[in-house]
Amino acid sequence: MTDTSTTQSGPYEAQLGDYFALLKPRVMQLVVFTALVGMLAAPTPVHPVVAFASILFVAIGAGASGALNMWWDADIDAVMRRTANRPIPSGRVQPGEALAIGVALSGLSVMMLGLAANLLAAGMLLFTILFYAVFYSMWLKRVTPQNIVIGGAAGAFPPVIGWIIATGSFSIEAWLMFALIFMWTPPHFWALALFMRNDYDDAKVPMLTVTHGRRSTRNHILVYTILLVLLAIGTGFTSIGGPIYLAAAVVLNALFLLGAFRIWKRDETDSETDNFAVERKFFRLSLWYLFLHFGAILAEATLRPYGFGGWS
Amino acid sequence: MTIRAEHEIHTRRRGRNLGIGLMLGGFVILVMALTYVKITNIDFSDLPGGAVQTEESM
Repeated sequence: MTDTSTTQSGPYEAQLGDYFALLKPRVMQLVVFTALVGMLAAPTPVHPVVAFASILFVAIGAGASGALNMWWDADIDAVMRRTANRPIPSGRVQPGEALAIGVALSGLSVMMLGLAANLLAAGMLLFTILFYAVFYSMWLKRVTPQNIVIGGAAGAFPPVIGWIIATGSFSIEAWLMFALIFMWTPPHFWALALFMRNDYDDAKVPMLTVTHGRRSTRNHILVYTILLVLLAIGTGFTSIGGPIYLAAAVVLNALFLLGAFRIWKRDETDSETDNFAVERKFFRLSLWYLFLHFGAILAEATLRPYGFGGWS
Repeated sequence: MTIRAEHEIHTRRRGRNLGIGLMLGGFVILVMALTYVKITNIDFSDLPGGAVQTEESM
């Protein structure tokens, strides 16, 4: 056997899927969906080709910021179980490649969104990328336990961008959708931090669980959930709300509040007994919570031309 | 010594290059479609000199 294998001993060559994983596809799904809802909930119609291209470039921009985040946070990702298999810590993609992809796709997405939609939308996308990659990843995440609260704004901008793509301007409805995601992010991530117990400790990320303790985190989840419930139900009475949204919001917020109350009521002993079942359930519910709220806003907007959506 | 091992690398690279090629092709088609939509939906009277042109044509 003289077959010399260069593939077995040579360095691993990144596949397209590895580069795609840099873009955080799961986060991109949320960005695409909320930006789409923001665009369709706006009163101005958008040509389907412009709509498709705009949402695609918003998604690419979100992916680019994800790649920049992975490039910067590779040291943290390598320590945490949840992220150790990401392309850079696992060695599938070189850090320099991630940086190049992040910068290139950021520039491309912002320029193309400016051409496809308008300059305000492009400016907002650029601001979002910088907010997430620089303000959150490079600074906030490592210095303050409020990282999730302020950093959550980055994930909350997509519906605002979607609204601007359609209208070319800001409005109170766009900021209501922003506020919904902004207030939802802390309880969502703090629930995750409760059951991903040692990850953030090991990585020395100042999550609330690490700096203020787990009891304080449970209190915070309840307080933020109460504020979120008021906001989410209040949105039902605005122009993006309506009977469908309100019905969905009442049910979802009752369940969410109940979940937060259960988390608040228990202590570490209870949680360890059932391996954080309540916290895990609350985290899963939080994903459905956001998806269904935006789904209801979309339903109201879709039915409005037929005389069913909204309050009028 | 055979070249089978190298051939395997080329096969894997082909998949990656094909993917990038398809994405670039899709991007070109998207820009063409965008250009078509922008041009066919443009209001020429909004352009500089557009109003004069409209008056002349009337």
